[in-house]
Amino acid sequence: MNEIDLTKTPLREVNQRLQTLPSDTNQRIWKLTNLHGEHACAVGLTQPIEVHIDGHIGYYCAGMNQEATVVIHGQCGIGVGENMMSGEVRVKGNASSAAGATAQGGLLVVEGDAGTRCGISMKGVDIVVKGSVGAMSAFMAQSGNLVVCGDAGASLGDSIYEARLYVQGKIESLGSDCVEKKMTPHHLAKLERLLKKAGIEADPRKFKRYGSARRLYNFHVDNVDAY
Amino acid sequence: MSASNTPFYTPPRFSATFDQHAIAEIHRAAATGIYDIRGGGTKRRVPHFDDLLFLGASISRYPLEGYREKCGTNVVLGTRFAKKPIELKIPITIAGMSFGALSGPAKEALGRGASKMGTSTTTGDGGMTTEERGQSSTLVYQYLPSRYGMNPNDLRKADAIEVVVGQGAKPGGGGMLLGQKISDRVAQMRNLPKGIDQRSACRHPDWTGPDDLTIKIQELREITNWEKPIYVKVGATRPYFDTALAVKSGADVVVLDGMQGGTAATQEVFIEHVGLPILAAIRPAVKALQDLDMHRKVQLIVSGGIRNGADVAKALALGADAVAIGTAALIALGDNDPKWEEEYRKLGTTAGAYDDWHEGRDPAGITTQDPELAARLDPVKAGRRLANYLAVMTMEAQIIARACGKSHLHNLEPEDLVALTVESAAMAGVPLAGTSWIPGQGGY
Repeated sequence: MNEIDLTKTPLREVNQRLQTLPSDTNQRIWKLTNLHGEHACAVGLTQPIEVHIDGHIGYYCAGMNQEATVVIHGQCGIGVGENMMSGEVRVKGNASSAAGATAQGGLLVVEGDAGTRCGISMKGVDIVVKGSVGAMSAFMAQSGNLVVCGDAGASLGDSIYEARLYVQGKIESLGSDCVEKKMTPHHLAKLERLLKKAGIEADPRKFKRYGSARRLYNFHVDNVDAY
Repeated sequence: MSASNTPFYTPPRFSATFDQHAIAEIHRAAATGIYDIRGGGTKRRVPHFDDLLFLGASISRYPLEGYREKCGTNVVLGTRFAKKPIELKIPITIAGMSFGALSGPAKEALGRGASKMGTSTTTGDGGMTTEERGQSSTLVYQYLPSRYGMNPNDLRKADAIEVVVGQGAKPGGGGMLLGQKISDRVAQMRNLPKGIDQRSACRHPDWTGPDDLTIKIQELREITNWEKPIYVKVGATRPYFDTALAVKSGADVVVLDGMQGGTAATQEVFIEHVGLPILAAIRPAVKALQDLDMHRKVQLIVSGGIRNGADVAKALALGADAVAIGTAALIALGDNDPKWEEEYRKLGTTAGAYDDWHEGRDPAGITTQDPELAARLDPVKAGRRLANYLAVMTMEAQIIARACGKSHLHNLEPEDLVALTVESAAMAGVPLAGTSWIPGQGGY
């Protein structure tokens, strides 16, 4: 394992080093220490390396990730794994707002709770939250899966497109055009795979599925109350 | 009164308030129950560059010789933080317009024309197309609230990044690409099903306010090795504060778009009633830069209704470093060309007034995803037309600059200008012609 102490090496240099590793590197496991809530840490990675962040971290950690596995051993700020394309981002603690915002692929796991707007405008990512998510989660979610083992705040899935939401606990309220949908064997199997992939133990049969009623897909004046 | 048995006749009198357009809009609203959506920018008369005049040389200033003495036109953008600033040969850039709103050939034509003249083009909602990257020597990648098609690989391929906060046609508003323009390719680029209306968000999903924006810009720089200039684009609303906050957030370049700036599709009421004309926005933005000692260090690009070299020269004289054109570039490609008049008539409009860009039925093949219509635009010929137009604008601006005795377009200054109206004098901060009065400065 390669260890970098952020009190000795500036963030810019650390990101550069991780971003420019050759594809055949054998330096595949990294540990970053003494980060003190730095923003934009381990962003833009493109190689299948493993980066462990020892402690709490600021905004946009692992943003736009491709291929890498980034594990945050602490809490993280806004926008963890934003626009990630592939790979895995795992938060051992809680995540702030906009976790996995607009992310297009890969797996984001939050082992604690996630704040408001978790999965906002998600575009294909799989997000699994062991705890609860805040208000307006999966707002305008386009595609991908959001699994919430705890509860969900107000207006879940507001203006949702084709993303699939699975919630085990209580939902404060559903947003515009978001409705409960039938949990078919296909969806149960998918959920089971997601939970397994995330390494979270939960019974898929206790979850309910939510998605778009598709009533707002084409503007119509009669739906104006929904906007 | 129109009684036939009276010895006099009062002709029908139309109301200035309830004019033909207002009446038609009320009838349309009553009949359909929906507001009007259209493309383009404001169509009403607002104070604009036409309300300004250059003074030219006189006994106190001498001019430069046309066709002989050099008048520079280049501009360097991104000198504040970026390791690789952009140098453009002319200070006229192509504004962000999306693939989706525009056809693939139209995007290619923009790239061809701009590259020939040594300037930049800009992507839009929906991401970067291969046609555009392939034909644009300098390409600015827009980072938009919707993040449709946002891809880190494309981010790295870009020459600059433009964080879009707003645009002049609809500051505070998102966009809507109607289902009829969502072809398979557009749908695939935006991760959405074919044929549904695609709402572009009005605010970014993962940052709010200038403190967050600072960190967002830091992230973009970290991902691109601090190489690329980062622009922040705002609609003209509170230009002094927005410019100051963009500078505070770490922008290399501020892009300021007035209400004449076009949109692919927005509600008419939004286009016509929200935001400032660009004339009213430039001086406050420049003042913000000057107050922060950042004028010419953070570059200012202005847009919204730029049509000719005089507009370019006036924008630069007021303190901008460059301008951007959108609508004018589409017109140069062939938008609203009278040769399609018969087809415009079928759409219930006429050449010069066509603005239903969102419907995807553009006879000129520019604002469409219909393959047959799109094939009408030859990207090579259209690119050449754009290059010609850019060349003319540049030469026109040089003609004016030389007449004012300037060896570079950037040497134009507010003191070269006067205003024809009280309103434009106040907005541009230059004297009313024939007086030394600048309304709004120093009392009455």
